[in-house]
Amino acid sequence: MAAPVLRWLCPGRRWAFARTGGCSYHRRGVPTASTSSGKRGQSSVAQQSLITAQEPRKGDREWAAVVGLEIHAQISSNSKLFSGSQVHFAAPPNSLVSFFDASLPGTLPVLNRRCVEAAVMTGLALDCRINKKSLFDRKHYFYADLPAGYQITQQRLPIAVDGSLAYSVCVGKKRGQAVARTVRVRQIQLEQDSGKSLHDDLRSQTLVDLNRAGVGLLEVVLEPDMSCGEEAAAAVRELQLILQALGTSRAIMAEGQLRVDANISVHHPGEPLGVRTEVKNLNSARFLARAIDYEIQRQISELENGGEILNETRSFDYKLGCTMPMRDKEGKQDYRFMPEPNLPPLLLYDSASLPAGADPQQVINIDQIREQLPELPSVTREKLVQRYGMLPEHSFALLNEVGLLEFFQNVMKETRAEPKKVTSWVLNTFLGFLKQQNLAVSESPVTPSALAELLNLVERKAISSSAAKQVFEELWRSEGKTPAQIVAEKQLELMRDDEALEQLCRATMEAHPQVVMDLKKGNPRAINKLIGLVRKATLGRADPTAIKDVLERQLSG
Amino acid sequence: MLGWTLREVSAALKQGQITPTELCQKCLSLIKKTKFLNAYITVSEEVALKQAEESEKRYKKGHSLGDLDGIPIAVKDNFSTSGIETTCASNMLKGYVPPYNATVVQKLLDQGALLMGKTNLDEFAMGSGSTDGIFGPVKNPWSFSEQYRKKRKQKSHGEKEDSDWLITGGSSGGSAAAVSAFTCFAALGSDTGGSTRNPAAHCGVVGLKPSYGLVSRHGLIPLVNSMDVPGILTRCVDDAAIVLGILAGHDPKDSTTVQDPVKPFVLPSLTDVSKLCVGIPKEYLAPELSSEVRSLWSKAANLFESEGAKVIEVSLPHTSFSIVCYHVLCTSEVASNMARFDGLEYGHRCDIDLSTEAMYAATRREGFNDVVRGRILSGNFFLLKENYENYFVKAQKVRRLIANDFVNVFNSGVDVLLTPTTLSEAAPYTEFIKEDNRTRSAQDDIFTQAVNMAGLPAVNVPMALSSQGLPIGLQFIGRAFCDQQLLTVAKWFEKQVQFPIIQLQELMEDCSSVSENGKLASVSLK
Repeated sequence: MAAPVLRWLCPGRRWAFARTGGCSYHRRGVPTASTSSGKRGQSSVAQQSLITAQEPRKGDREWAAVVGLEIHAQISSNSKLFSGSQVHFAAPPNSLVSFFDASLPGTLPVLNRRCVEAAVMTGLALDCRINKKSLFDRKHYFYADLPAGYQITQQRLPIAVDGSLAYSVCVGKKRGQAVARTVRVRQIQLEQDSGKSLHDDLRSQTLVDLNRAGVGLLEVVLEPDMSCGEEAAAAVRELQLILQALGTSRAIMAEGQLRVDANISVHHPGEPLGVRTEVKNLNSARFLARAIDYEIQRQISELENGGEILNETRSFDYKLGCTMPMRDKEGKQDYRFMPEPNLPPLLLYDSASLPAGADPQQVINIDQIREQLPELPSVTREKLVQRYGMLPEHSFALLNEVGLLEFFQNVMKETRAEPKKVTSWVLNTFLGFLKQQNLAVSESPVTPSALAELLNLVERKAISSSAAKQVFEELWRSEGKTPAQIVAEKQLELMRDDEALEQLCRATMEAHPQVVMDLKKGNPRAINKLIGLVRKATLGRADPTAIKDVLERQLSG
Repeated sequence: MLGWTLREVSAALKQGQITPTELCQKCLSLIKKTKFLNAYITVSEEVALKQAEESEKRYKKGHSLGDLDGIPIAVKDNFSTSGIETTCASNMLKGYVPPYNATVVQKLLDQGALLMGKTNLDEFAMGSGSTDGIFGPVKNPWSFSEQYRKKRKQKSHGEKEDSDWLITGGSSGGSAAAVSAFTCFAALGSDTGGSTRNPAAHCGVVGLKPSYGLVSRHGLIPLVNSMDVPGILTRCVDDAAIVLGILAGHDPKDSTTVQDPVKPFVLPSLTDVSKLCVGIPKEYLAPELSSEVRSLWSKAANLFESEGAKVIEVSLPHTSFSIVCYHVLCTSEVASNMARFDGLEYGHRCDIDLSTEAMYAATRREGFNDVVRGRILSGNFFLLKENYENYFVKAQKVRRLIANDFVNVFNSGVDVLLTPTTLSEAAPYTEFIKEDNRTRSAQDDIFTQAVNMAGLPAVNVPMALSSQGLPIGLQFIGRAFCDQQLLTVAKWFEKQVQFPIIQLQELMEDCSSVSENGKLASVSLK
């Protein structure tokens, strides 16, 4: 991630982790305690003691930031929330618009069962209470891509409430240590997406594409339990993985299937929360953390300079790296909420409350959806740690890339190599190559079987680790060849001929008498130099341990 | 033959006494003749003739589609009709041609009905006179009836009759006038606060507001979604039952329609009302009620009693709050429903293109009349965050109380309620427009809108002519989804009162196609 445009130090070092579990901010300060053992939501006593312990100087008071998120995830479904129009990304403009989507007078909404099931499933995965009765409301505002003049949403009684989302942030020197965090989920509501406005400034006209209008969204509201951009980004990432695991949303930010608005405020620990601003439309993982951190610093600096924070809506300018007040007064609007009269209350059932003889097409059974819940990413990671003795951060890394876990598991199936070794190969070598060429796992020229075979060669000591790297490079370049073929072609197999090795060792020692002298004088590192020289002479095909054995024997002999 | 009921003409079609095309042409020619009534906004002559041709083919082959095959009908111009302009009598939708049929329209067409045209109304159905649409007011056919003219001649001297025509009531005045003037055999209206029953009462026809949820609203351009119901206007109760039988039932496109299957029904001819309990709500004895309506109301009550029914006074204690409550809920939904008319996707768009906001403002200012704009403004006021609890939520609570009033009365054993439909007979246009739309709506909906808040079925049945020779109707209100029971009682009452047929000889005489029919003359001269 690029360094945020901030006035002080960089993330991770700039702030102290307060015992409230979040990041706190310190003007001109050096980091204080950087552990985060405290649990979320602890009493203010903990915060008080923190302040006392620091004995703040004048003008050197600590700041705490509070971040809440509203996340819109497009539901993965064939048709829209209230109409039969198809849902496709990048279809020709206005090709997926029903009469209802265009708000033709007299048309009425008909709720899409699949969207309701997706909301219930997501609610269950986030440990929410599913409301057996939920309601729909109209939220009014005039905008060119909102044909009806209102959005149908669930303001009063949403489908799911009171859940939690566990995620991890990386801390420590190399940010290699995962620390668990939890954010409360206030609610999940079903609502319609709007269309898209394309502004043509040149011709001063606006083009409207209604393909997206009416697509089902899950709005997931996360309580302000986060305290910096990094935490927010990590929470969003975890939610993204959960949605993808559930199949309830493809949640690809670049395609606008996951969009984030952040509510941000700062205050002095122990004091009431500050006035918040809302930064809207954070549509890339990269800018999410940057925008939030910028806004936190902006608010601190504003307040320290005697200014005040306005309750306003801001947008993030990714080119300038800063947030700006939004010109339209969207945030200030009175949405004039009203019950949606055309949709009766949405009733859900569980196995106990299911009416006898109910048409299964007309009812949704929460228990049945619970049974269909797939394994969640947190469970998958835990299993990886337990089964393979993997470091938690490695389990995160494996899940972070689409298809990487499957790749790893397929390699594991076909190799006898240690899980640790496989993990290292997959996360360092393999992932490194992918990243370098900006490829997805599915686009990799190296198959899991090929990597497994390669690792087996190493395991059998047929080739050295460094030779293996060469083979891998070759595999990447020339699709279709097997590792064994490459090893044979390039003569990369380890030297098994002791005679030849003996000769090479002897020749090397003769060619480098100074090193031999050093060694004899008792410099222990000199032997490594010799080993290196011999390996070079063997073109990396000899096992360093074997070389050492021969050298030692010859020296002592 | 044009004066016949739907059932009678349907029998004539089946027996081959007349062909659908002949019937269609007769209606079309009468529509032209009565153009001055302004009942129709659009006459879909070509469509109707084509439908008639197809109907004729079916009759020839002996596979008619049923009672409605070949029957001319009219539809209020706030129902979407595929390929036929649907205006809501508003500049906003002038020239708007929907690409789909409202479910109720489709159901009628599927039964072989002939769509004669789209009928006039108050703009977006907001009004109680059918006087406030861009196409001008609808004239009540009774203004030109023998019955009314005779009385007027006795009273006034030398006054110009034509300038003193009567309103139809509204907002479905075009549909009521179309049925009343024999230009079709049934018409669709819509009923949000009385918009079907009120003009039915003034035009001397049957006006049925079915239970909310029984008939699909899909394609009905909404006024108040939680109260709107497609209404049925016919010349007799049996006809209304036939049409309801076709329209009723679940529509997957309208989630507020009931799931239970609805069977078509034939109304029994009630001979014994001794097991019936008729409630007379005392709160409906409003001071503004004309003495004539009041005396007919008590006459009707006496009629039931004398025939053995139990007639009791009942109380609907929250009635007096109903109009205010209706005003808040109606305008709030109007504000919301009208938000879609922004000039972008369809309908009127102004020439101003300074900004999107300027375009919205000018489009809406040009597109809506004062009544619509006034309601949008009040509705948005009630929905403001600071007002929502005090107005909208309170009104909803009152609505529940009003609905519970009815529930309590019906739970006490009452089968139907008998009330006036309107305060008095139809007013002359010049008289009517002395008050503004809002005042008139509040006055005229007094007996009708509570029913919409409770979602109950109700029907206007014409009872008798006033001393002026104008129709007066009474309203029956039934239990929710007991529309059939309601109509059964209404049919019995209709039979007892023998409401006279409108005498439009002067109009008809020029119309050779009508005068050749002996039956009409004999009936109307009775």
